Amino acid sequence: MSAAWTISSVREAIAAKKTSAREIATEHYKRIAARNPEINAFLTLCEKRAYAQADRVDAMAAAGKPLPPLAGVPLAIKDTISTRGVRTTCSSKILDNYIPPYDATAVVRLEAAGAVILGKTNCDEFAMGSSTENSAYGPVKNPVAPDRVPGGSSGGSAAAVAADLAVAALGTDTGGSIRQPGALCGLPAMMGSYGRVSRYGLIAFASSLDRIGPLAHNVADVAKVLQIIAGRDPNDSTSTTAPVEDYAAGLAKPVKGMKIGIPKEYFGAGMDAGVREKVEAGIALLRKLGCELMDIHLPHTDYAIATYYIIATAEASSNLARYDGVRFGPRVEGDSLIATYRKTRGAGFGAEVKRRIVLGTYVLSAGYYDAYYLKGQKVRALIAQDFGEAFQKVDVIVTPTSPVPAFKLGERVNDPLQMYLADIYTVTGSLAGLPGISVPCGRIGGKLPVGLQVFGPAFGEARVLQLAHAFEQAGGASL
Amino acid sequence: MKISREDVLRVADLAYLDLGEAELETYRAQIDEILEYIGKLNELDTSKVEPMAQVLADDQTADATLREDLVVPCAVADDVLAQAPDPEPPYFRVPKVIER
Repeated sequence: MSAAWTISSVREAIAAKKTSAREIATEHYKRIAARNPEINAFLTLCEKRAYAQADRVDAMAAAGKPLPPLAGVPLAIKDTISTRGVRTTCSSKILDNYIPPYDATAVVRLEAAGAVILGKTNCDEFAMGSSTENSAYGPVKNPVAPDRVPGGSSGGSAAAVAADLAVAALGTDTGGSIRQPGALCGLPAMMGSYGRVSRYGLIAFASSLDRIGPLAHNVADVAKVLQIIAGRDPNDSTSTTAPVEDYAAGLAKPVKGMKIGIPKEYFGAGMDAGVREKVEAGIALLRKLGCELMDIHLPHTDYAIATYYIIATAEASSNLARYDGVRFGPRVEGDSLIATYRKTRGAGFGAEVKRRIVLGTYVLSAGYYDAYYLKGQKVRALIAQDFGEAFQKVDVIVTPTSPVPAFKLGERVNDPLQMYLADIYTVTGSLAGLPGISVPCGRIGGKLPVGLQVFGPAFGEARVLQLAHAFEQAGGASL
Repeated sequence: MKISREDVLRVADLAYLDLGEAELETYRAQIDEILEYIGKLNELDTSKVEPMAQVLADDQTADATLREDLVVPCAVADDVLAQAPDPEPPYFRVPKVIER
């Protein structure tokens, strides 16, 4: 059987009885057994649940019933997303033995659409990081170059798909955590607009920024997964009632005449020369496709990382207050309740999480709130305003996804600020709530993947997917 | 220096977070560098800018999304308690809070 399954090839093969959902799941578990010890993409497998679901799909096929859109498609789910009865750790020792009593809405919807969930993927602890080296369960290796990181925080999801251990995966994105690992592993990877996908069951990091979204081998598969998980959920009051467009139907529309803004601020110092060359070739390809390119300005771009690390850490310090050794996770006993909280948290959280709790608590504390947190919220408004003005003139905005390709394991772990700067092109769209995709844009030296990022206006997912698809079909990945 | 050892201790205290001696100094130095970087926001005059706490479309505001208050079955108490480090069903047991 071919290693490169897609959503439609899986579904068609099952419908035509060339294979079964069970056989496809078995094939993936075999590959996981062979490859996962090296790349460490999966933390927990759920074979029983996967085979039960595969058998349901096979029974439908045997009965000649129409198959649902993701019938038999093996998926990987990031370990920050709750799965009922299946261990969910957020890659943290503080949730080492945690088994959620309910499923995230995204998971419920994927299974209702026929998908087969293989297991849970490794990530930076509580999604805090850009390399997946902050996992309490060891780093993930980039399948493209095993001495390098896969990006992060959804590095396990990206590596699982890139190594053909799953056909598609769910990641979560707070400042770039879907798009950046997608770029570094050579996959299309997307976050929808803030509110597009329900976060019920997503274990919270920064609530005004967190989003769930897909990574896959091609843009059509990204669109298919997003289609299933998008839409209002009464269990998440931030999910929107805005109608969900038919993403697949819009993919093949011609992009000739589409107005694309190229922000000068995303091509400054600090960008790897190889990345620059590929992204410039990508922009030339868009011109060849008949798109109308124009230079634009997003003047507050340079302030985005500083703004992001105020807001994200402030929200994290609040969200992570719930880990206190009372209701879940291991407890370290102290001689009082407060001492138990302190010891449990001190022992259960890793270094990056502690650093962010300290920073986030500091920017919210008396005497510093106005100087940091309030200031950050105001600059966030300026960053969102930049995009609002740009989208008066252009349909989409195109940038690099990451200033650098996959870096070596260990290279940045002792320098948090350098690690934060890896998100310099992705956090802007996170702060502004926009949809964004990273789509493969060639490989440096034929090896290290580069990502091209497309931002759209809020709820402009269809347009973003349409351009990414056209770019992919025109050979963007092999520039 | 933006943040002192005492600041870190005070904040860790607010966050109920025990830090070891070595961690304390490492985080202090790293957070100091991050705060130095964050200081660039002071280049911007934001006196006339409204703060933005959340990116929400019109239909995502609380008024538009409040649902009816319906009673629905939620029989997960056993599953929830099974996750606790020290359950005493139907309670979570914790070290003594109030001295008699």
